[in-house]
Amino acid sequence: MNSLISVSNLQKSFGGSAALSGISFDVQVSELTVIIGPSGCGKSTLLRCLNGLELFDGGMVRIGDITLDRKANLSHGDFNNLLRNLREEVGMVFQSFNLFPHLTVLENVVLAPMVVRKVDRRSAEEKAREILNKVGLGERLQHYPSQLSGGQQQRAAIARALAMSPKVMLYDEPTSALDPGLVGEVLAIMRKLDDEGMTQVVVTHEMNFARDVADRVIVLAEGEIIESGSPQEIFTAPRDERTRNFLQRYL
Amino acid sequence: MKKNYLCSLLILTSIFLIGFPFVTTSRAQQPLELKWGGDAEGGAPYLLPNPKNPREIVGFEVDLMTSLAGQMGRKSVFTQNQWDGLIPGLQRGNYDLVVNGLEITSDRKQQVDFSIPYYATGEQLSVRTGENSINSLADLKGKIVGTLKFSLAQRILERTGGMEIRSYENQNNAYDDLVLGRLDAVLMDWPIAVYYSKPNPKLKFAGPVIEQMEYGIAVNKNNPELLKQVNEGLLHLIKTGELRRIYEKWDIWNDETGRLFTKLASGEVHGQVYEDFTQNITKQLTWSERLRRYAGYLPVLLIQGAPMTLLISLLGMAFAVALGLILALIYLYAPQPLSWLSRAYVEIFRGTPLLIQLYLIFYGLPNIGIKLSPIVAAVVGLGLNYAAYEAENYRAGIQAIPRGQMEAALSLGMTRAQMLRYVIVPQAMRLVIPPVTNDFIALFKDSSIVSVITMVELTKVYGQLASTYYDYIGVGLLTAGIYFLMGMPFVRLARWVEIRLATERRVEGV
Repeated sequence: MNSLISVSNLQKSFGGSAALSGISFDVQVSELTVIIGPSGCGKSTLLRCLNGLELFDGGMVRIGDITLDRKANLSHGDFNNLLRNLREEVGMVFQSFNLFPHLTVLENVVLAPMVVRKVDRRSAEEKAREILNKVGLGERLQHYPSQLSGGQQQRAAIARALAMSPKVMLYDEPTSALDPGLVGEVLAIMRKLDDEGMTQVVVTHEMNFARDVADRVIVLAEGEIIESGSPQEIFTAPRDERTRNFLQRYL
Repeated sequence: MKKNYLCSLLILTSIFLIGFPFVTTSRAQQPLELKWGGDAEGGAPYLLPNPKNPREIVGFEVDLMTSLAGQMGRKSVFTQNQWDGLIPGLQRGNYDLVVNGLEITSDRKQQVDFSIPYYATGEQLSVRTGENSINSLADLKGKIVGTLKFSLAQRILERTGGMEIRSYENQNNAYDDLVLGRLDAVLMDWPIAVYYSKPNPKLKFAGPVIEQMEYGIAVNKNNPELLKQVNEGLLHLIKTGELRRIYEKWDIWNDETGRLFTKLASGEVHGQVYEDFTQNITKQLTWSERLRRYAGYLPVLLIQGAPMTLLISLLGMAFAVALGLILALIYLYAPQPLSWLSRAYVEIFRGTPLLIQLYLIFYGLPNIGIKLSPIVAAVVGLGLNYAAYEAENYRAGIQAIPRGQMEAALSLGMTRAQMLRYVIVPQAMRLVIPPVTNDFIALFKDSSIVSVITMVELTKVYGQLASTYYDYIGVGLLTAGIYFLMGMPFVRLARWVEIRLATERRVEGV
């Protein structure tokens, strides 16, 4: 078994109405998986279940060798430790960047390695510079987030997640808050990471990106996977009526 | 029989209630009121609430005034007023006379006219029973001595010098602190000592009565007619022995008063007056003299008062800010019983008066064995009180941080504690600078309240100067100005910090 992420029969409801009803899928190492679907279909909820920001009601999530299982009766403390171990392996990028506004770009990136992994400042900064150079922010180290454009902020947020050397990167609509002109620079970074072999799961409405870069596309509707396959299959020969309706609005 | 009694009581009551408006309109037939001011908080034997019926005021001065008013064909009406506000109240016309152990002094005579003395006494030193080394003023060198604020005893102590003087609002507190060992001796008017020190087996009188003073009835300067009537009435009560009977009833008849009465009865109407040592500074002043005097107050206010005010405020605020943060974090993140306790703390300390909290800390805690020095009690009192407000500031500040910040921190693998320390609290701190500055200025001014627990700070020094020179306006403006100027740098500092930190949030520039 060489899948890096394994989700089986994931269930989640908010106040009685089901948000996710029995989601199962696997992600292989180095794969880029794109999750699409109409608003309110449960895409973000699914993604947030993968790093424990959202707790699910039933089923199981495994990333690497860490398993979140509702049936395993862990103490409060053990469960929190498990969540932290999981999150150290999983990088998360948010729609609204969520950079720390009181810290410079460089400080944003070195904070977690220093605090969580106890890396000393010098090696943390060395690595941070390297990553920030890669995302094209080598000249912006001492800027505060409010002094950056949206695209730059999102690239800084990606750098912040990469600094923890995660096994998986999760993106929750990473370009939805950006001006159309700034979307490309963020997608380019994700493409670059894909080339380097990073495992990525992306919730997005950028259909062109999905078609060109994804290894696999998962279509979600009303809390269920209605279809999944290669971009070729999904975009040229969608089998489900709902997928066709959805894609018509975006292509 | 019983029913009849009830019926008649009911009828009487209704007649009284119905008749009341008519009674007040037909006041002309009633004896004219003789309104006099005093402070019932002053206590026995002067004026005090009747222990059996606290709504009634008793005391030898009540008996004196009942007899005097009767003698003058008028009706005695007592008006309660704060002791240090008695003379200002008289000048404003709140009442006709002040009768409350007011010593006849030359500086007071600048403000009001005094009747012939109605009582003569002196100051009495009290010490703990085992204490044998203190028998006179000279033995007080290097000791801590308590007295009532603005009293003759305080001036005698200040004039003697060489000891630390703690002045109290209330004689109970002073004698309690003497028992507790916070004080080495207490100097107070003899009748007070008779009532509050003598009955206490842990205390004893030390040495004979010090100095002589006489109590007089204060009358407004523009009212010679009333003064004459009061003097005639008093003289009559002295000659008939009525006054002596009152004093004997209250157990305060003494030789000094005996000699005074003999002299007064034999025609020496202007009895001996205690010549106050402040005489030379109570004469009418020209403007330049007045200004020079104010310039002379400044060092007193700035050296004796201001540093203590500053110290108490800074320490109190540091305490409040630290405790407030802890309270806010407990409220927001700790499990149920703890967060509930934090909430209860905030509600209780915010919802009860600081003054009462200070009294409880300083005078109440010794009952359970916690004896705090005045400065510690002041800092703790202000700190505990303001912590409740700071907790609310922080709570608001923390809750104003967007949820995404918390999610980003947790996603990076941080614990809750790390998230709070590195992400949430630093941002909340910046948000709460304006309200915290506000509270600091408020605390700075509230620190004046600690004068009630014998702290000598700016407002206390103001009170001492103002009451010594009867100059509430000049000294008051001067003191207010000092508070204002001392608070200013902190306002500026907070503004500067706020602007500096805000540059991180600048929106311009890419």
